[in-house]
Amino acid sequence: MKTFKIGGVHPQENKLSASEPIRQAPLPQVAVFPLGQHIGAPAKPIVSKGDVVKVGQPIAEAGGYVSAPIHSSVSGTVLKIDTVIDASGYAKPAVFIQVEGDEWEESIDRSKQLVRLEEHPELTDKDIIAKIQNAGIVGLGGACFPTHVKLSPPPGNKIEWVIINAVECEPYLTADHRLMLEHTDEILVGTTLIMKAVGVTQGFIAIENNKPDAIRLMTEHARAYTGIEVVPLKVKYPQGGEKQLIDAVVGRQVPAPPALPASVGAIIQNVGTAYAVYQAVMKNKPLFERVVTVTGKSLAHPSNLMTRIGTPMNLLIDECGGLPEDTGKIIGGGPMMGKALVNTEVPVCKGSSGILIMTGTDARRAKPGPCIRCGKCVTACPMGLEPYLLADGAAREMWDLLEHNDITSCIECGSCQFTCPAHRPLLDYVRIGKSTVTGIIKSRS
Amino acid sequence: MDTIILAICVLGGAGLVLASVLYVVSRRFAVQEDPRLDTVNDLLPGANCGGCGFPGCSAMAAACVKAADKGSLEGLSCPVGGKAVMDQVAAALGLEAAAEDTTRIAVVRCNGSCENRPHVRIYDGAPTCRIAHATSMGATACAYGCLGCGDCVAKCQFGALTLNTETGLPEVDPGSCTACGACAKACPRNLIEIRSVTNELTGMVVKCRNKDKGILAKNECDVSCIGCRLCMKQCESNAITVEDNLAYIDAAACTLCGKCEQACPRKSIHKIGEWSTPQEAPVEENTTQETLTTKNNTQ
Amino acid sequence: MANQLIVSLSPHVHSGDSVQRNMYGVCIALLPALLCSFWFWGLGAILVTTVSVASCLFVEWSVNKFMLKNPRLTITDGSAVITGLLLAFNLPSNIPLWMVGIGALFAIGVVKMTFGGLGCNLFNPALAARAFMLISFPVEMTTWPTTGQPFTTYADAQTGATPLALIKDAVKTGDASLLDDLPSAFDMLVGATGGCMGEVCALALLLGLGYMLIRHIITWHIPVSIIATVFVITGIMHWMNPVFVSPVIEILSGGLMLGAIFMATDYVTSPMTPKGQLVYGIAIGVLTVIIRTFGAYPEGMSFAILIMNAFTPMINMYCKPQRYGAVEGSDK
Repeated sequence: MKTFKIGGVHPQENKLSASEPIRQAPLPQVAVFPLGQHIGAPAKPIVSKGDVVKVGQPIAEAGGYVSAPIHSSVSGTVLKIDTVIDASGYAKPAVFIQVEGDEWEESIDRSKQLVRLEEHPELTDKDIIAKIQNAGIVGLGGACFPTHVKLSPPPGNKIEWVIINAVECEPYLTADHRLMLEHTDEILVGTTLIMKAVGVTQGFIAIENNKPDAIRLMTEHARAYTGIEVVPLKVKYPQGGEKQLIDAVVGRQVPAPPALPASVGAIIQNVGTAYAVYQAVMKNKPLFERVVTVTGKSLAHPSNLMTRIGTPMNLLIDECGGLPEDTGKIIGGGPMMGKALVNTEVPVCKGSSGILIMTGTDARRAKPGPCIRCGKCVTACPMGLEPYLLADGAAREMWDLLEHNDITSCIECGSCQFTCPAHRPLLDYVRIGKSTVTGIIKSRS
Repeated sequence: MDTIILAICVLGGAGLVLASVLYVVSRRFAVQEDPRLDTVNDLLPGANCGGCGFPGCSAMAAACVKAADKGSLEGLSCPVGGKAVMDQVAAALGLEAAAEDTTRIAVVRCNGSCENRPHVRIYDGAPTCRIAHATSMGATACAYGCLGCGDCVAKCQFGALTLNTETGLPEVDPGSCTACGACAKACPRNLIEIRSVTNELTGMVVKCRNKDKGILAKNECDVSCIGCRLCMKQCESNAITVEDNLAYIDAAACTLCGKCEQACPRKSIHKIGEWSTPQEAPVEENTTQETLTTKNNTQ
Repeated sequence: MANQLIVSLSPHVHSGDSVQRNMYGVCIALLPALLCSFWFWGLGAILVTTVSVASCLFVEWSVNKFMLKNPRLTITDGSAVITGLLLAFNLPSNIPLWMVGIGALFAIGVVKMTFGGLGCNLFNPALAARAFMLISFPVEMTTWPTTGQPFTTYADAQTGATPLALIKDAVKTGDASLLDDLPSAFDMLVGATGGCMGEVCALALLLGLGYMLIRHIITWHIPVSIIATVFVITGIMHWMNPVFVSPVIEILSGGLMLGAIFMATDYVTSPMTPKGQLVYGIAIGVLTVIIRTFGAYPEGMSFAILIMNAFTPMINMYCKPQRYGAVEGSDK
């Protein structure tokens, strides 16, 4: 079975909500839309206090090319433009909307009828990309990179494949899994749209082997589409990382940054993004809701909830049985790369793939000891780096050493810190080193 | 006996030959250096702290010599040696001393002690301020306040900073501080400012950097500045400005009348070196944790 | 919810691995050899091992408490126990106990603690102590009791020549017939020969190797590269001139198995990358053969490993792991 060649670890899968069908999350009373929900310039609000908005109405325009508009996921009145504490732990500007009813924009096609690309031969690649851009679609895998930018790679890159990332290698998260089981054909049409947008004839859907039902279903349905191959992959973290995925599926390795996957001929999109692309292009539905896995060992009812962007997370947690007494950490995302939230009012954003409730005992880190030079972090690193050296160098501020040892290639997956027997906070230090070195390199040009 | 004589001759001869080689090489490849560089370098304190803005005392010496060729030592000053050293350097280079007599020290502009600004969450990451700042707003409700991990203390080469374990805040010893600025650079929240002070090493300072609106700032810390402007109204010398809900005192204009301190309803304004006295403040949980670079004898 | 939320950066889970788990895992891997030594040498083995482990623990504890004033208790992490066991394995079972104490003092006090404690030593403590004791107490360190002594003998154990001494003599005198006195390969595998306590029973050591590989405590690179290198080189030598012993006997003799499996694989003093580990292992193999064949000492393993320990930082610097993206290929 295919997999990536360098490094990798095996955290416990804990897919507690894998058999929970997606259900609709309740609407909030006040929806909060942070303006910086994506990589790139934050969006600029185009509504003001007192404006009445409908579901799907744009409330903020893109702040530049590498940016994305934000659409309201609720109908109601704009309350204020103020700050809210988001997943970063700091207060960021956001649009607050008082929810009234659930009135959608008329242009959105709410029918469930499948619309295939073949029914719209007039759609060009430019049309598709424009629709994606206007719908505010960003990568739903967590990084939130504006999709229209990714689908317009710099000239000179010959794109050969589109790879749909349905790996979901993070423990606990099952949103993509359920999406594949319940919206199989929409995902496949979305894939054909992405393939058309970049002009390729071969698409892959990569699924980790711990989802045999999804692999079976997708393979069966994919037969009705030309050029789409479902590729099962060995379960190993971080199989879902872009670079590891390309290595596994097509055997190519992306050169060091600033090179992109496009430079080796592949464009990767999350399976949730493919679904959103279908909705945007075929149903005129902008991105304003997504599946969020709410899970945790002591949570009463781990579930997969179709949530409107802007819903405060406490509403979702209540929907799943309420915050347990022994809660220690609330993680936005998965346990390997997610962010520990400072409160439960943090709103769901485009990149919120999950909410993980961890008990106090599970959440506390063990006391770090000295480095015993075992080399397990080196074996674990999927980018072939030396985390012990990078962490120590960052702590000692030896920026030249870090640059020389390719710290900018680090994908911050956490495999090193996960493995370290001495419980050293390797990634904490590597992150600081990486951001400093990236800043130094940028300031040279 | 023969062997002893032979050994002496051989080793002596070898020594002589090698010494000659070294002498010839040292003459042949000698680097012509300006003798003033050594003179100035000897006058400088030799702390290599970087406070002058140059990477080490020898670089500062080179800059002084270069500046002397242009005619003046304008803009060059050694914070550790102060006016005394700069006068000597100027004299050695045959110039007038250009440095002004302003004493400066580092001032920590946060009074959010454990008592004034209680913890609302547990920070469990690596115990350095840089990482804590990157993680979230910190263990308290104030996103601007001191994180208490002591990056500034670790950076100070002169032992002028200590972390008060009761308040959780760093304290500057004005006597030892050389105003080199290393602590100011180390603080990820720019809480430490190198301020001009009087000869008695004192001055007025707003011990807060909280830019949140007053109602929010009030709940985040008991002694936060809420931008109410009462200090500004009382100031006799127009030394105070209030911007982004935060007051700032210009040290140059301040006359130390102290009216602002009395007027402040939040007790945010202090004379440098004064702190809110804590009562039964809890001991910091993280102060005994080591960073990755702590000496290994605490393993 | 009454508790305060905990905040830190990702990752928020851990594999559960710990220093203790690895160290005590090595101790378990050493058990078969330990039990063999008790079986072969009885009281002597028990005494020497106990004193060695106890002294190592004591030295580490007292240095930490009295010299470093370290509040943390480091002796529970298991590394001092391993050093104690490995030091004992490097000694003959009839060695005076005070010498064992000196060895422990050197191993932990000088080689480990002066460099900074766990993770900071440049040389393998047990091996450096063995070399120190070999040079300081050459007679006691090179007089080995034969195996199968009654349980009650210790200081008055009967001594005899070891296979390595025979091998050395054969090379020195050029007389291949001396090699006929060697025990058979099977005897050497199960330890029916003279030698240091932990090194004779190759089978027990190999069992330990298997255990450590299964539990992912070490990887195969170092032991395999050392043993293979020695095997290949001595194989060529034996084929060219029968005065050199056969490669099978060579790898079963002396401290090669012990060194390759437990000493060279010490985390702290061995390279961190697979490529580096192979380079390290091959170099140790080459050095071992050279010292054993041409050097003054019959046993070359300890010195070979100590020499390569000094090269480990350099190996770490030059043998970097293969970076992702360094090789762009397509095997689709």
